[in-house]
Amino acid sequence: MAFEPKRPQKTYTYDDVRLFTDAELNNYTAEEEKNFKIKHDIPLLEELESGPWPSFVADSKRYALRRRKLGEEGKLLINPDVVEDLLGQVELSMVHGETHWKHGGIVGVIGYGGGVIGRYSDLAAKYPGVAHFHTVRVAQVPSKFYNTAFLRSLADLWEYRGSGLLNLHGSTGDIIFLGTFTEQLEPLFAELTRVLDVDLGGSGSNLRTPECCLGKARCQYALYDTQEMCYEMTMHYQDTLHRPAFPYKFKFKFDGCPNGCVASIARADMSFIGTWCDDIRIDQDAVQGYINGAFPPGGGSHSGRDWGKFDIYAEVINRCPTGCMSLEYGKLVIDNPNCTRCMHCINTMPRALRPGVETGVSILIGGKAPILEGAQLSTLIVPFMKAEPPYDNVKEFIDKVFEWWMEDGKNRERIGESIQRVGLQRFVSDILGLPVAPQMVKEPRTNPYIFWKEEDVPGGFERDIDDYRSRHAR
Amino acid sequence: MALSKDRLGRFDPDNPMAGRVTDIGPRHYWQFFPPVIQNNYGKWAYHEILEPGVLVHVSETGDKAFTVRCGGMRFVTVDFVRELCDIADRFSDGYVRFTTRNNVEFIVDSLEKVEALKTELAKHTFAIGGSLKFPVGGTGAGVTNIVHTQGFIHCHTAAVDASSMVKALMDGLFEHFTSMDLPAQVRVSMACCLNMCGAVHCSDIALLGYYRKPPAIDHEILHKVCEIPLAIAACPTAAISPAKTEDGLKTVKIKVERCMFCANCYTMCPALPMSDGQGQCVVMMAGGKVSNRISPPTFSKVVIPYLPNNHPRFPEVVEATKQVLNAYAADARKYERVGDWAERIGWEKFFEKCNLPFTEHLIDDYRLAYDTYRTNTQFKYTEAAWAVTRAAEGEE
Repeated sequence: MAFEPKRPQKTYTYDDVRLFTDAELNNYTAEEEKNFKIKHDIPLLEELESGPWPSFVADSKRYALRRRKLGEEGKLLINPDVVEDLLGQVELSMVHGETHWKHGGIVGVIGYGGGVIGRYSDLAAKYPGVAHFHTVRVAQVPSKFYNTAFLRSLADLWEYRGSGLLNLHGSTGDIIFLGTFTEQLEPLFAELTRVLDVDLGGSGSNLRTPECCLGKARCQYALYDTQEMCYEMTMHYQDTLHRPAFPYKFKFKFDGCPNGCVASIARADMSFIGTWCDDIRIDQDAVQGYINGAFPPGGGSHSGRDWGKFDIYAEVINRCPTGCMSLEYGKLVIDNPNCTRCMHCINTMPRALRPGVETGVSILIGGKAPILEGAQLSTLIVPFMKAEPPYDNVKEFIDKVFEWWMEDGKNRERIGESIQRVGLQRFVSDILGLPVAPQMVKEPRTNPYIFWKEEDVPGGFERDIDDYRSRHAR
Repeated sequence: MALSKDRLGRFDPDNPMAGRVTDIGPRHYWQFFPPVIQNNYGKWAYHEILEPGVLVHVSETGDKAFTVRCGGMRFVTVDFVRELCDIADRFSDGYVRFTTRNNVEFIVDSLEKVEALKTELAKHTFAIGGSLKFPVGGTGAGVTNIVHTQGFIHCHTAAVDASSMVKALMDGLFEHFTSMDLPAQVRVSMACCLNMCGAVHCSDIALLGYYRKPPAIDHEILHKVCEIPLAIAACPTAAISPAKTEDGLKTVKIKVERCMFCANCYTMCPALPMSDGQGQCVVMMAGGKVSNRISPPTFSKVVIPYLPNNHPRFPEVVEATKQVLNAYAADARKYERVGDWAERIGWEKFFEKCNLPFTEHLIDDYRLAYDTYRTNTQFKYTEAAWAVTRAAEGEE
């Protein structure tokens, strides 16, 4: 396996780049933390400090204290009250039951049409620290592994030039820096790209930052190298990620197997889901191990309740959606051509069963949340495709899809909606030039309203009423 | 090269293109893998969940990677990031990973390190209020972290706050985070408006902020801030049409009886604000999933059309979620997801067992609604069916 980044990676330690001293990073005591009051009354938010689950209010308050102290020493570039003012505004939003952010705001960095989302408070006089509260999306490492040098460096930069508040991670996958003023957008971008060696993510009608499951890094089910492919596609399509050329947003997600841990089928316009086309590998001794109770089913996923002794019929063979499994003379038999690779037997007996070795991806298109034509799951378009570097076959396919959608997609129409508008059959045959297959539908149509084309019908569509009347009286 | 302390750093407004670096993408993943991951990349044989929140992955080489998974907050401060970095530096060689559902994972190469890590994590609590910073759990047949959206912290279309509801829900469901006693995993998600940045349309249980009033129209500025044809085209039910004010300003009018409160017009036109604290509510959806395991991926269905937006702890939402979860836990078979269970017993039984009223709001009247109508006689009798019979005078 080759692990060649597309460009040389800068290496740096936290000490190489840091902005704050240890004393500055430890500038409050536990006692001060307990007694600290922020400048606004926030009784509703304070109700969220108790209970076992981590409290974002407690976290924000202690951080507000640290900011106040750094601010007093002049060590922050934006309003040190940003966290206190945010909590104040959120509290008032809860009282009103209404958000207090204004609609939109076009800000960004030169040359990019995405990555920054403008946000302004509609209560700027009352909460000046959040008068501007722009978001900066930073490209995450595809499956979200990090070292502390990188995270600490990001933390220093964001504390100095922004609010120090962030999402790990946003819904699409980016590291989201929440809240800074317009003045700091370009400086932030410069430090991110030139020092920390990381780019912005996507927003608007762009390719959004692609995301993948952790794949081969720590999962035996990965049927292709999700991280390699995600990284390669992210780099190959950098231009579309930063410069809006699409009718609307477009998301790639890479799931290593049909379990779908990054939810690509629901959340991506183009979903790549690992699959195989040969036989499930069976270790018959390990099957016996499960039957004898030597191994916990599901790797112990159900160990919190007494479900009784493992029953291979009740739990595996009879749960197989295609009924393609049986136990013959103590040996597990799988009728592989009838298997739909749902993963249940493999998930339940991971030591005994493994996916085949002829692996690739299924490509599905059109998943999205409900706005506008209702929620859609991605539709199966390519049942099986080899997915190996440099992925030229996949890129060619993607380019064809992009070319059509950029030309024919309507403003703010997700590709799933564009396909609905033109019809799946037209998309597959006319636009992609692929044959249609029963795998693409759950069932054939139940109405005969077929849009026959003129060339399909002998004599064409030109009708002659005189000819008709020569046979039929009025 | 250190980060700059200058106010504008390396950016020169007079010469903005000088030294500019673009299109470099994310950092490459390989450098962020701990050695046990690098050495066993693509060689994993199987895994086991040793206890809630602790996994072991066993490689064909014989190496083992132990993972400790902690519930995380999506919305964090740099202080929190530094605290988890301190733990990673001491216990996991300076490496840390985040999951798709905002959990934090520390990966180590021995069971001893797992124990040391767990002992350390338990010590980290917030001085204010005492909540845990790194609760261990979120694996197997339980409730893992709730994916959610920005809410009032950053979003201009939020119909309800997100972080607060998630905190309240996870407090309420905490015992299921730290155990694996459910029939299957239950994925809970939350989105603060119909845009569903959290893609809650395929979750076992989903909570969704929703508007219930049509937009207000800011006639004075509409013609200045809004492309009127785009606003009109944005409406999926064609409820918006062009109009003029008494003073002759171009504006729009809205057929309110057609409005389904999707707020798509507001996205196109800032002069059509949707926010109205009295009207906003929480919708519960259930029975969706994204996995292909046994049954195909499927959408969540609306099961409660209205719950109050009772900030900050949403007691009605928490109670309703527990109600559905408890009915599912008591009745579903092993490996059945919430939707699989509802499909097997029939949705009429789902409403009965969850003790939820079936109201007219739950019958689809948007496009393709017919697909959801029952066109067979294979129903089960519940009180709701007898109520129809009685009303139709079909029974003495």
